[in-house]
Amino acid sequence: MISRKLKEYIGFGILRLATLIILLALFAILYFVAVNGIKVINWQFLTQMPHSGMTAGGILPAILGTFYLVVCAICFALPLGVAAAIYLTEYAKQGKLIRIIRIGINNLAGVPSVVFGLFGLAVFVKFFGFGISILSGGLTLGILILPTIIRASEEALLVVPQSFREASLALGATKWQTIRKVVLPNAISGMLTGSILGIGRAAGETAPILFTAVTFYTMRLPRSIFSEVQALPYHIYALMTEGTHPETQIPVAYGTALVLVFLVLGIDSIAIVIRNRFRRRKKW
Amino acid sequence: MKRAQKENLIKRLFCLFSLLSIVFLLGIVIVLFKEGLPIFRTTSLGNFLFGKFWYPTYEPPDFGILPLLLGSLWVAVGALIIAVPLGVAGAIYISEVAQSKIKEFIKPVIELLAGIPSVVYGFFGMVIVAPLVQEVFKLPVGLNAFTASVLLGIMAIPTITSISEDAISSVPNSFKEASFALGANRWETTVKVTVPAAAGGISTAIILGMGRAIGETMTVLMVAGGAAVIPHSFFQPVRTMTATIAAEMGETVVGSTHFQALFAIAIILFIMTLTFNIIADLLTQKFRRRLR
Repeated sequence: MISRKLKEYIGFGILRLATLIILLALFAILYFVAVNGIKVINWQFLTQMPHSGMTAGGILPAILGTFYLVVCAICFALPLGVAAAIYLTEYAKQGKLIRIIRIGINNLAGVPSVVFGLFGLAVFVKFFGFGISILSGGLTLGILILPTIIRASEEALLVVPQSFREASLALGATKWQTIRKVVLPNAISGMLTGSILGIGRAAGETAPILFTAVTFYTMRLPRSIFSEVQALPYHIYALMTEGTHPETQIPVAYGTALVLVFLVLGIDSIAIVIRNRFRRRKKW
Repeated sequence: MKRAQKENLIKRLFCLFSLLSIVFLLGIVIVLFKEGLPIFRTTSLGNFLFGKFWYPTYEPPDFGILPLLLGSLWVAVGALIIAVPLGVAGAIYISEVAQSKIKEFIKPVIELLAGIPSVVYGFFGMVIVAPLVQEVFKLPVGLNAFTASVLLGIMAIPTITSISEDAISSVPNSFKEASFALGANRWETTVKVTVPAAAGGISTAIILGMGRAIGETMTVLMVAGGAAVIPHSFFQPVRTMTATIAAEMGETVVGSTHFQALFAIAIILFIMTLTFNIIADLLTQKFRRRLR
């Protein structure tokens, strides 16, 4: 009997250890980025243009570039994703079409990010002639985050109780009126979570914008959606692989990485908090 | 009658929007094939897939992707060796061992791990992990397949953990109760009943993790070392398919054979990840049916 107990103890101990290693890996990354990044971050770093070949000055263009790209991506993906989710949960009947649409969404989510970049290059940059620009990069990122938004919106719509819809229909409302005035208002915070997660994802992606939107050296801020931009994730990559002054570029890269991690994890945490609150409070 | 027409129109409109995911997926396929297939006019499929040399800028160029294909597999398998034991153990811990308070802390933390951008993993790999690997194993370079595997492994853990955890916690309680009633303790129940019952879901998680590792770009581009040679050891610099596309696309002329070859690599990559996804999808369905 003792050996069985011991076995259980050791077994659970190993599981605990594995979990601890996972957590440790996360904290190691956050720790190194935070400790080294905080040294270079100050008001100038966040609000000024870079100078001396990206080895000094601030990262304002990269921050703004990422902001523009994300706004463009979300403006494209949110309406499409919510509309798709509405069809899937409110209108569609189980069947072949739905099955195919689901396969489409799942596989789109699994396409490697660099392949999205090639698609964006061939379609938006070349075919539509948008060039290397905020628009091309934003649309590419938009397609990338579409599955995330559809799934989160679907989840939010499914949580709204069937009785709400029945009550509305019983009062003589049409399906569309029911969706617009009853279902959507009750699902809005869940949809918000989806779009926030999408924003976090779009802000951190590098490969899709590599050939569609970004540039390393630019001395000007973007003027229109047809301008090429700097972006936080690409800036880190470029600082580590281009240029000739690693000793001054690495600290800047640490600072940029901290800004990016803070931004992305901040956005994700907000989404998680909203979702948990929403799940807890909405008990119909 | 007008109202019904309007309703019908709205329904059709929404249906159209929901088809967009497929449209984009098909669009990707069409673009890849349109830009990539012309390479097979100059290089045969056999030479492309099994050619041992990737010299795209030589005259005449060599477009053999075997080193890149093996580089991708090498790094991805290495990543799984790290991620599967840790990720699955983490999932078992979360669903079977942890108290609900700890669970509520760990689950979001693992989600955050998934949220860290891949370029940050690459950066962390270059400045922290690579020098460490070089020091510990006394290597000439720290940027190699091993370092890339470690980082990709950490990146694949959230995928594997969260999907495995879903599978494990969906095992019906009656299974466990039956095991307890027979006198088994919690460990025996976990190992002999719960985990085997969730095996289908866990294998889905592993396959999706594999797909993720093969498709990952920025991290391997930054830390794998970038040598397009057939790998012989884990401590050698390698170059993956994704890294090749990302590194070389900027230098190519649109429509050149090099450009076509990079799109053709993307076709192979796309087919591989698609296959992984479809297998995972089929496994999930089978698994669900069996538990019912």
